[in-house]
Amino acid sequence: MSVETTDHLPLAVEAPHGVIHPWWVRVTHWVNVLAMFMMIGSGWQIYDASPLFGFVFPREVALGGWLAGALLWHFAAMWLLVVNGAVYITLGILTGRFRRKLFPIHPGDVVRDLLAALRGSLSHEDLSAYNAVQKLLYVGIIFTGIVIVASGLSIWKPVQFQWLTSFFGDYNTARYVHFAAMTAIVTFLVVHVTLAVLVPKSLRAMIIGR
Amino acid sequence: MPRQRKPIPGVDPKLLIKDAAKLLPEPSRRFFLRGAVSLGALAALSGCDIIDGDTSESTLRAISTFNDRVQAFLFNPNTLAPEYPESMITRPFPFNAYYSEDEAPDIDADKWELEIGGLVDNKKSWTLPELNKLPEVSQITRHVCVEGWSAIGSWQGVKLSDFLKMIGADTRAKYVWFQCAEGYSNTIDMPTALHPQTQLTLKFDHQTLPRAYGFPMKIRIPTKLGFKNPKYVTAMWVQNNDAGGYWENQGYNWFSGL
Repeated sequence: MSVETTDHLPLAVEAPHGVIHPWWVRVTHWVNVLAMFMMIGSGWQIYDASPLFGFVFPREVALGGWLAGALLWHFAAMWLLVVNGAVYITLGILTGRFRRKLFPIHPGDVVRDLLAALRGSLSHEDLSAYNAVQKLLYVGIIFTGIVIVASGLSIWKPVQFQWLTSFFGDYNTARYVHFAAMTAIVTFLVVHVTLAVLVPKSLRAMIIGR
Repeated sequence: MPRQRKPIPGVDPKLLIKDAAKLLPEPSRRFFLRGAVSLGALAALSGCDIIDGDTSESTLRAISTFNDRVQAFLFNPNTLAPEYPESMITRPFPFNAYYSEDEAPDIDADKWELEIGGLVDNKKSWTLPELNKLPEVSQITRHVCVEGWSAIGSWQGVKLSDFLKMIGADTRAKYVWFQCAEGYSNTIDMPTALHPQTQLTLKFDHQTLPRAYGFPMKIRIPTKLGFKNPKYVTAMWVQNNDAGGYWENQGYNWFSGL
């Protein structure tokens, strides 16, 4: 898909001057927060019915109360997650925002910015431009979102979507991929929320746009 | 109350075992209230009262009914469940029920009959020797439990679509309902009943179906979750009303297609 020709296309979805996050980024971000709570909480409860590893998630952090309740939540919230995610990715591509904000990513910049971040010397003055580590993480989390939906579909429909299930190996390996993607997302969330708290104006920008 | 559990004739509730405990609700608490932490956080974020139990439950069930329709749409009658080589059969194949293996129905084959009812021309009951004389089909497919685990098994029996045609069932009817010896029941959609791999199963791994797996007859449906594969079947009705099922009535998704 060419993004060159659509760079200046959508006036309504392009942010006015001075706005860091256009309205559609903020709306889909917070809808996604809601979807994440429901999908992860109910997913933990579903996991507990047949754990893949030698632990279960405490019932206090699981959503749904028992397996049937959790499945109802999971297969309801999946629509929110997928529709919202599709809107976000479509607009991200069509407006050119992904291309402008997330690319290119140079390995050398990632190493440099990662070292700077670990030294605590990374600048957060200009919130409208992402550093290389941010770019890598945001591209990575979008990719992980696609993987968790695809592996989820593989587990839900291993007969109708068997071509997709076999892409992940088989039904069982798709379960592990789904779990691994959840782990990656939760790890991202811990870092993401911690940094938002450390740089409060980034949280403000995600709420009011600037 | 929509979620009240029906008593199961002949099964002492106290003997329900740990496998089932994972599935069973605690009647004292409504299921959607349990995730108090997550829900509390949700409510704080959204600023609205989504903890209202009845609204949550009816909304979730409405979406589940919508998901039934989506799954019926996704169901392709010509898509076959993957089949596996004999070497991949899970041994021992797990016993799974809401009761222990000791509590499973112990059916006297000489007295057992498959009762036929509903929109069917020939409602004659079928004995086990009669069913065993019918042409046999075989499959090695994956049984996927709603809990998440799966196991590969080998099943032999009569193709349900052939059997339905033979007894003059009205295949324009919407549902096929199965009643089981222990009180379990299941309703499936007609397209799934007519799927080429849906089977009246009389054997496991070419041996008479063991008691643990549903002797004398189970319904094997590799395009549905395990709980939609009833065991110890005693009656089959072709009908236009959805008679629900043991787990479906407690909140599990009705279609539960794979």
